[in-house]
Amino acid sequence: MSSLLEPELIEVMEHSSADPKKSPGGLTAVEKEEIDRESSHYENKSAVGLEALRIVQKYRGWISDDTLQAISTYLDIPVAQLESVATYFQLIFRQPVGKEVIYLCKSVSCWIKGCDRLQQRICEHLKIQPGQTSADGIFTLLEAPCLGDCDKAPVLMLGEEMFRNLDEAALENLIKKKKKYHADQSPD
Amino acid sequence: MLINPLTKNVTDQNIATDLERYLGNGGYVGWRKAHTIDPDKIIDLVKDGGLRGRGGAGFNTGLKWSFVPRGADAPEQKFIVCNADEMEPGTFKDRLLMERDPHLLLEGMAIAAYAIGASIGYIFIRGEYHLAAERLEYAIEEAKAQGLLGTDICASGFSLEIFVHRSAGNYICGEETALLNALEGRRAIPRAKPPFPQVSGLWGKPTVVNNVETFCNIPHLVEFGVDWYRGLGRGEDAGSKLFGVSGHVKNPGTWELPMGTPIREIIEQHAGGMHDGLRLRGLLPGGGSTDFLGPEHLDLPMDYDVIGKAGSRMGTGTIIVLDNKTCPVGLVLNLSQFFARESCGWCTPCRDGLPWVVKILQRIEAGEGRSEDLDLLHEQCKRIGPGNTFCALAPGAAEPLQSALVRFEQDFFNHINQHRCPYR
Repeated sequence: MSSLLEPELIEVMEHSSADPKKSPGGLTAVEKEEIDRESSHYENKSAVGLEALRIVQKYRGWISDDTLQAISTYLDIPVAQLESVATYFQLIFRQPVGKEVIYLCKSVSCWIKGCDRLQQRICEHLKIQPGQTSADGIFTLLEAPCLGDCDKAPVLMLGEEMFRNLDEAALENLIKKKKKYHADQSPD
Repeated sequence: MLINPLTKNVTDQNIATDLERYLGNGGYVGWRKAHTIDPDKIIDLVKDGGLRGRGGAGFNTGLKWSFVPRGADAPEQKFIVCNADEMEPGTFKDRLLMERDPHLLLEGMAIAAYAIGASIGYIFIRGEYHLAAERLEYAIEEAKAQGLLGTDICASGFSLEIFVHRSAGNYICGEETALLNALEGRRAIPRAKPPFPQVSGLWGKPTVVNNVETFCNIPHLVEFGVDWYRGLGRGEDAGSKLFGVSGHVKNPGTWELPMGTPIREIIEQHAGGMHDGLRLRGLLPGGGSTDFLGPEHLDLPMDYDVIGKAGSRMGTGTIIVLDNKTCPVGLVLNLSQFFARESCGWCTPCRDGLPWVVKILQRIEAGEGRSEDLDLLHEQCKRIGPGNTFCALAPGAAEPLQSALVRFEQDFFNHINQHRCPYR
């Protein structure tokens, strides 16, 4: 048995040796350009990791393993470090989400004003639980921490847009409108 | 004399989201004046003005700046950082300032940067504040085009670049050392203090982190001076402040009022009082991580030390009202769920203690509480309280819980004895 003082040998994945040709998730020119622009704001390039994840997610909807690898290669940040950031921040998705992400505010002021009832209605309507995506792939429901619009509670954010002073009727209208929009967009 | 420096541009008639209107309403006068004053004198001015941090801690802003090393031996690179990660439950003031008057924030940051000698500034904004981030980026470009930011500003030899950093959702980023880790591209885990950021902050360089509203106080404080600023307050504390009320009141909202405005005046006059048929049972004076106050505290002025002596904190100054038809156990459960979810997981009392608290509160709320549960909750409040964790998240989570256990003890008993939530 080796001495306890000897360091344990562990397999280390060399992020830099990853063959970029093997990763089909290589970044697009537009993504790279946006990342470069953000990069110029920092003296240390690893600082741009989160911004890079956010930028690429904007185009791809979520961060797949291949995408993570591609960003890691492009920025020369160890994939493990990037993953530690990707899994930490709530707005970075490491699994696919629907076309419309519903961020329902569940914090105290919205709770007082009945956000639980709204959540129940969304779940019934879309036949999903918080954290899930509807069968048609359109809606994902997420429970959001305080969205900072407490005087207009209850509120939700759909994509980047805020909806305030919600009641059940307004909520149903919103979902119907979005459903129709996506039905009109689909080719069949 | 001006009595609403924070919101003078935020009216239906004059929404100063563009530079022309901002300048037309007296914008960047403080910034131009600052150039003619010695940086040390600006720090003294802010200190003497008595401005206290509006993010919740209430520390004297000028004093905070004065800890930044100065002189020939000090590191050349310094940073100014704006904490725009507003996520305290029930808090909705910084969003308003950034969306409606982005130049005021930039002007305040510029003066602060000049005072401490920083040439780079970051606005660390939460990922959900899309409109605010867009307006700030637009405002930065406008200010640069006019030579108010950038290189050799107003021919003073002073240069400053400000960048917007969009975060991606996490309450803990509001803790200033966690924020700095996030800004460096790492997990947002609080750092040990000391060293404080003023000495060793972003990438180990001297860094001052201030809240959005704190920066917004600076331009007019510099323009009109200490006496004017101190005179704005009605009590001990100086200046004005954004106060807000949410919950079952007739007119929830945000208003700029003098420091020291009595709680009753904020709730009854500005927020219009309780909805008909409802009675005020308690209130969280400054967001979700403050202790409950009760109806007997309504005549207290909203001053940091007064609210502190009453057993709570001024926090963010946004009041959450608890009425007599809302279950206090359910409310504390909701807050505890928030804090448990937002724990970064670094310290054991927070990572393991908060989910435990949630579990206990869930069973009490579901009518399955046991008689020993209250003792368990009291004990947990001590364990997650001050002194056991790196940052203030867990102690903050303990505040509404420990005060609810005392103030609404009978409600907890009723849940346990009746095996149900009496409010349903």
